[in-house]
Amino acid sequence: MAGLVERLKGRLESYRVPGYYRQFEHHWAMVIDLDKCNGCGACVVACRAENNLPVVGEKECDMSRAMNWLRIERYVEGEYPNVKVKFIPVMCQHCDKAPCETGCPVFATYHNQDGLNVQVYNRCVGTYTCAVYCPYDVRRFNWFSNKTDKPLDQQLNPDVSVREMGIMEKCTFCIQRIRVAKDTAKDEKRGVKDGEVTPACVQSCPANAMAFGDLNDRGSAVAKLARSKRQYRLLGDLNTAPSVIYLKRVMESAVAHEKHEEGFGGVGFR
Amino acid sequence: MREDITYKEVNDDVVRTMTQTGKGYYALMVLMALGVFLCWGVPWAYQIYVGQGVTGLNHPDFWGIYLANFVFWIGISHSGTLLSAILFITKTPWRRSIYRSAEAMTFFSVLTAAIFVFVHMGRPWNFYWTMPYPTQREIWTSFQSPLMFDVLAISTYMTSSMIFLYFGSIPDLAAVRDRVTGWRKDFYGALALGWRGTDSEWRWLMRAYTFFAVLIIPLAVSVHSIVSWDFALSKVPALNKTIFAPYFVVGAIYSGTAGIVILMAILRKAIKMEKYITSRHFDKLGMLLLACSLLWTYINVLEVYTGIYANTSYEIESLIYRMITTPYSYLYWFMILTNSVLPLLYIFKRWRVSIWVTVAVSVGITMGMWIERYLIVATSLPRKFLPYMWHDYAPSLVEILMTIGSFMFFILLFLLFIKLWPSVSIYEVKEDLGIPGGKEH
Repeated sequence: MAGLVERLKGRLESYRVPGYYRQFEHHWAMVIDLDKCNGCGACVVACRAENNLPVVGEKECDMSRAMNWLRIERYVEGEYPNVKVKFIPVMCQHCDKAPCETGCPVFATYHNQDGLNVQVYNRCVGTYTCAVYCPYDVRRFNWFSNKTDKPLDQQLNPDVSVREMGIMEKCTFCIQRIRVAKDTAKDEKRGVKDGEVTPACVQSCPANAMAFGDLNDRGSAVAKLARSKRQYRLLGDLNTAPSVIYLKRVMESAVAHEKHEEGFGGVGFR
Repeated sequence: MREDITYKEVNDDVVRTMTQTGKGYYALMVLMALGVFLCWGVPWAYQIYVGQGVTGLNHPDFWGIYLANFVFWIGISHSGTLLSAILFITKTPWRRSIYRSAEAMTFFSVLTAAIFVFVHMGRPWNFYWTMPYPTQREIWTSFQSPLMFDVLAISTYMTSSMIFLYFGSIPDLAAVRDRVTGWRKDFYGALALGWRGTDSEWRWLMRAYTFFAVLIIPLAVSVHSIVSWDFALSKVPALNKTIFAPYFVVGAIYSGTAGIVILMAILRKAIKMEKYITSRHFDKLGMLLLACSLLWTYINVLEVYTGIYANTSYEIESLIYRMITTPYSYLYWFMILTNSVLPLLYIFKRWRVSIWVTVAVSVGITMGMWIERYLIVATSLPRKFLPYMWHDYAPSLVEILMTIGSFMFFILLFLLFIKLWPSVSIYEVKEDLGIPGGKEH
């Protein structure tokens, strides 16, 4: 009888406590340095290739149904010749207090123990609540069944599924690559090393503007960069606690850059 | 009502509506059935087969006319609850001849609304995953989600309003059973559950009816509050407001009452119930509509005012978008005209008792309330936080057809109702008439 009470007590304590994701091994985060980003869009293309994103066609893109998990947002200010173009790559921010997670009635989106906001494709019934609730508009819906014509189907990544129609999808921080790294580390009986996991966008950036890693590891590149004076979160006042940290663009020329940032200048991101 | 109507006349009139059918009725039935097939069955099947892409939805406008219709029909469903339950508790006499049709309106509009839940889903063949049942995968539904509140609230409301309608009809079904022959006798005999009209049976019935009336009022308030929280629990600037629950409930009572006015006006002529539904009813309903209109106007002004003094850039942008820069701005001002300005005619009794004016204003109100639901969805999602993703929404042909089809479905159900069910409450009308020849006694 006493054992039963102990077991029940233990079980009650083991249920989720707030901030559970901070207690686990990893808290995956990404840092994007807007000083270095030049808006080339290589990350967008890499994401499409890695995650089997379908081409929806010109007519659908006109209707704003483009299937880009990662987009380069462009804002143009001013009149010619004093035009300023601002751009920022936006993907799923993997908010720690995500509005989308509470909206889904079937648990197709929830916060996993690595700090990622995961989307379970085969559970999604397509109520669109998560997409309406997302303040960053990062979720993409499969409006039709998108077929990839031959021979382009040979380009599809075998590690990632092809989603059927009626399912919501979004950036996963390349969870397939995270899974491979964690499995390898587990086989070799060690932790995941900093720089072992690189999502497709981080891998393809020619300007080294993106860094990815574990915020729980205080020595990792992302943890160091996240302590920068220029750091901010997108729409931070909404209190969604995103895992994507942006470094504010402060300079107009490369010369002023080094004055703003200490310990920067070419430290390896990967 | 005329004082000289006899009890027999009441029974005769109601049974006549159920046994005598003109050609016009059959013609309308066939038309509605065809309309439901063409405007609902075919587009919906096409949508399920090809995908949700046949709608006008896009990124970021993930909710469109289907959700607007859903909220609209749930709103209409509050008519019966208001008339039947609230006015029963307050012992209001003029409710007696119209409440049965209002209750039926409630049930049918909840059914229509529930259909739109399935229509708007991306993978509707998996709809049962939203029901909380124990599965072998040991996964339940997420009760944090306002859509789960919806599932529970609407299914509760549907069953309660059905039982409410049925219980209140039992004596009438028995009265019909005693007058008809053939298959109808067996049908109503089964439905009447062996009602004999004894004193204890009446007492039990009134207890059950009162219980349901008291239960269904907070249920109706909670159902529409929950539907409003689908929107209010989001972070979308135009939707994330605490006023949404009262706003929707007031809007529901408003549109529901307007719906009753239209329905009563049609029923009067269609099944020849002019004796029982008189200008007195329209007078009282008009007063109710005036009160609702003033309340609705107040809440709308509040929304604009609180938006202005909140003074965040996205709040101001969503206000300006909704009222001025959206392609639907003409709809917004039309709605203000029909919902806030025209009902002021109801201040004058001369226009309240005129059935034409009452019905015309009510038609305007119903249109205005539909527009309001549409604007809530279609002018809020295009203006979320990141301007790069701003994009307007326009419904596609499939969506428009399904909207029209839903109205036809509702009318079809109602046509079946007036033929198969006593659409005017016999025993309550008799209560209103008093004891026959009563003045001398």
